[in-house]
Amino acid sequence: MKLNTTINGMPKNLEIRPDDYLVDVLRANGYLGVRQGCDTGNCGVCTVHLDGKSVLSCVLLAIKAEGHEITTIEGVPQQAATIANFFVEQGADQCGYCTSGTVMNILYMEQLVEDPTEEEIKHFLKGNLCRCTGYASQLRAIQAYFNLRRQQKSEGQVPRGGYEDENRKPESP
Amino acid sequence: MKIVNQSLPKMDGISLVTGKPVYTDDLAPKEALVVKVLRSPHPHALITSIDKGRAEKMPGVVCVLTHQDVIRKPFTRAGQAYPEMSPHDKFLLDHRVRHVGDDVAIVAAIDEKTAEKALKMIKVTYEMQPMVLDMETADTMPPIHPEEDIKALANFGHDPAHNIAGRVDFELGSVDEVMPECPVVVTHTYKTQGQAQAMMETQRTYSYLDVYGRLVIVSSTQIPFHVRRILGNALDLPLSKIRVIKPRIGGGFGSKQTVHSEFYPALVTMITGKPAKIVYTRREVFRGTTSRHAMTFDITLGADRDGKIRAIDMKGIWDTGAYGEHAATTLGSAGKKVLTLYNKVEASRFSGKAVYTNHVPGGALRGYGVTQGIFALESAMNELAETLDMDPVALREKNMIRKGETTKLYNMVTKGAGDAPMYMDSCLLEECVSRGKALINWDQKRITPQRHGNKVRGVGMAISQQGSGLPNIDMAAATLKLNDDGFFNLALGSTDIGTGADTILTQIAAEALGVSMDKIVLYTADTDVTPFDSGAYASSTTYTTGNAIIDAADKMKSAIVTAAAAYFQTTEEHISYQGDQLICYHPEDSITLADFANKITYSTMHQQLCVTGSFIPKKAAPPYMAGFAEVEVDLETGKVTPIDFVGVVDCGTPINPRLASVQAEGGIVQGIGLALYEEATYTRTGKLIQDTFMQYKIPGRADVGKVRVELLDGYDETGPFGAKSIGEVVLNTVAPAIADAIHHACGVRIRQLPATPEKVFMALREKTLDKK
Ligand code: FES
Ligand code: FES
Repeated sequence: MKLNTTINGMPKNLEIRPDDYLVDVLRANGYLGVRQGCDTGNCGVCTVHLDGKSVLSCVLLAIKAEGHEITTIEGVPQQAATIANFFVEQGADQCGYCTSGTVMNILYMEQLVEDPTEEEIKHFLKGNLCRCTGYASQLRAIQAYFNLRRQQKSEGQVPRGGYEDENRKPESP
Repeated sequence: MKIVNQSLPKMDGISLVTGKPVYTDDLAPKEALVVKVLRSPHPHALITSIDKGRAEKMPGVVCVLTHQDVIRKPFTRAGQAYPEMSPHDKFLLDHRVRHVGDDVAIVAAIDEKTAEKALKMIKVTYEMQPMVLDMETADTMPPIHPEEDIKALANFGHDPAHNIAGRVDFELGSVDEVMPECPVVVTHTYKTQGQAQAMMETQRTYSYLDVYGRLVIVSSTQIPFHVRRILGNALDLPLSKIRVIKPRIGGGFGSKQTVHSEFYPALVTMITGKPAKIVYTRREVFRGTTSRHAMTFDITLGADRDGKIRAIDMKGIWDTGAYGEHAATTLGSAGKKVLTLYNKVEASRFSGKAVYTNHVPGGALRGYGVTQGIFALESAMNELAETLDMDPVALREKNMIRKGETTKLYNMVTKGAGDAPMYMDSCLLEECVSRGKALINWDQKRITPQRHGNKVRGVGMAISQQGSGLPNIDMAAATLKLNDDGFFNLALGSTDIGTGADTILTQIAAEALGVSMDKIVLYTADTDVTPFDSGAYASSTTYTTGNAIIDAADKMKSAIVTAAAAYFQTTEEHISYQGDQLICYHPEDSITLADFANKITYSTMHQQLCVTGSFIPKKAAPPYMAGFAEVEVDLETGKVTPIDFVGVVDCGTPINPRLASVQAEGGIVQGIGLALYEEATYTRTGKLIQDTFMQYKIPGRADVGKVRVELLDGYDETGPFGAKSIGEVVLNTVAPAIADAIHHACGVRIRQLPATPEKVFMALREKTLDKK
């Protein structure tokens, strides 16, 4: 069957099976920044956005994306790079396998919680597991990222909100 | 030192975090056949018949293989130096299955769904065999390895007739003589669970034949060279026909120190000639690979009333599950790298046996046996402190090893050590303890536990060491090549499994060659191209591979000096290598390295400078750590919440302090998982219950409290620029420190991990009942 959807701003018409999960469809179509750590919706590694909201693509049937907009980490290159810089600065980039999902969820958090506290960060991202870092370095990186965003906002550089507000170039893998 | 001891960013970090396709499955060819494994639903059974006819006929299925189709030859999957210390007790797709999740058959199909459907079409009839599910009585049960042709290459008392995979026994002095003289003796039994490595990227491999018909394996592995040898052995292929490449690895922690996902696509590619790949599911990892060996240890400590420990007796059983992978070696580490901490005893004894059961096999997991041994011994130490009415810190200070000291045990337990005393000249354990004590505010917090309503806070501590590589066992090599324009290729067989090793090793190379980081181009782990390296295990990469790089750099510098002498038409003693520059004193002249490299490449001399260095550790160079935990116990529910953990580590000179600290933070959190959350239990029919992330709970970011790490400014003269290891030592102190903090808070001792709310609650109840 066909799946009509938009991926990273590009309309797509993909051949899928009714029981395909979104993560498999995305990976099969070259969105390899979407990774998978489990298949039970428990680790957050596979996080992508559906209409701007975080979803776990390992437990979401691909067909549910019919008519919706999917964003993967490939679709937010600048934002991902900004966050990545803070991760790298703090050494929070160990094996890195968990990070693309975490970055996507940070971007979603940014839309919902203005200037999150430590507790809010921990709570919001608690579904994003990481076996390497022990989270402390990630927390430092995320806080530094939000400090930057706060600063940017106070200087009027960026309107409030995550990737939706920024100029996104449609990008296909 | 300009480049080492600097917190430089990880070279691959941006690519990893921004989602670049760098892991095994991202690189697999699209047309690769998808391989799936049929796994046993029974803990112990014989396959009496297996019918693959229907599966084979399914459209899209390319091949179905069972034990009837593959060579039957014993091997071990454990990635260790040859001859492996683990018994050769595994057969590919055997007709006997020994645990739920053991491999029965494989299918290769054009896609995953077809392969999965085909698995269901394979009809297997099993004849049940007696289950061995209790390690305490395993040696009285019928053997689960009755076959004649299995063998042990190393002498560890392999006795499959009695379900014994290996034994380790050693003794310093005579415990039987000293113990009865001790006025204070405590004895307790401790148990740890089969913790899962739970790396985020599961095992995965793809394979293809290259243009010469050789088998190429691309795999998420910690041990490319061992993979080549073990595959060659299992598939009966000459090693010259196999090439193993490792891309970026999504975490290992020991899980990928055992060969698993490599066999199946390799078989398919050999038989069909086609590319093939396998990606393990999470459940497959839990059931079908390895976990930390569960153990039971009886510890007896004998001491004088003033707290001087005179004798230690450790006696234990190790559950190695269905196969003896890493059995005797982890077991041995539980004694060797643990008892040596207390060097002032008159006698210490270790006796352990690793038994076969029908559980998921034990394997390598960060800490490698030391974690279990430290939990047992350090818990017993804390109980001894209580019996003596002594501060646990004071008990350590009186008895633990200090800088410049040694024990004969180090000689007894280190391969090829000889008789000369091995002094621990770089040991900063004493400073670790005193610094940690200050950071957690021990003196104040230890006096009385703070209570708020039903919640009580307590503090506890423990100490640990580990190794830095395996002396006289594991080797690493490094190849350096000087290119035109004056930069170097550094080829290593080592594997960065997420630790930042590639960055750290490049720092070492740049420092040793006196050039900047961008003059070193690193390539790792391709058995055709890079020199040998045992692999990323035993906390060896920084220490062992780092030293190999220094050896290679020394050779490169002298090769350059020799060539430069010819270039300047003088003798070597007149040449000084200064990194970017070569200075000639007689005749007075100089040339930049870039110009010189161009000259020898293109014009004057036409030669390629390429050298290989290697290193094998000779001496134990243990890193040390003191861990201090603060927890809060809810007296109503038994729930333990970690509040604060302070880890102070002596890892020698950290090559990259930030990456080392984050290693420590991550290791501590894995220790918190072991201590509090990660349960591994079996049904009565031998099935692991916690076999997905739904049931198996690794700590999330809200479950760990504050984690604080401090690295001391150490220096070990045998290490590269003074470095020792850090990878494993950081996990070990957590569980015993937390267990003691729980006791300090509420008076109950948790001797069996993890300390779940249920266990703590029951223990609290028992305590109140006792009082009444
Ligand atoms: S991969 Fe989707 S939650 Fe784990
Ligand atoms: S960095 Fe490895 S799992 Fe998070």
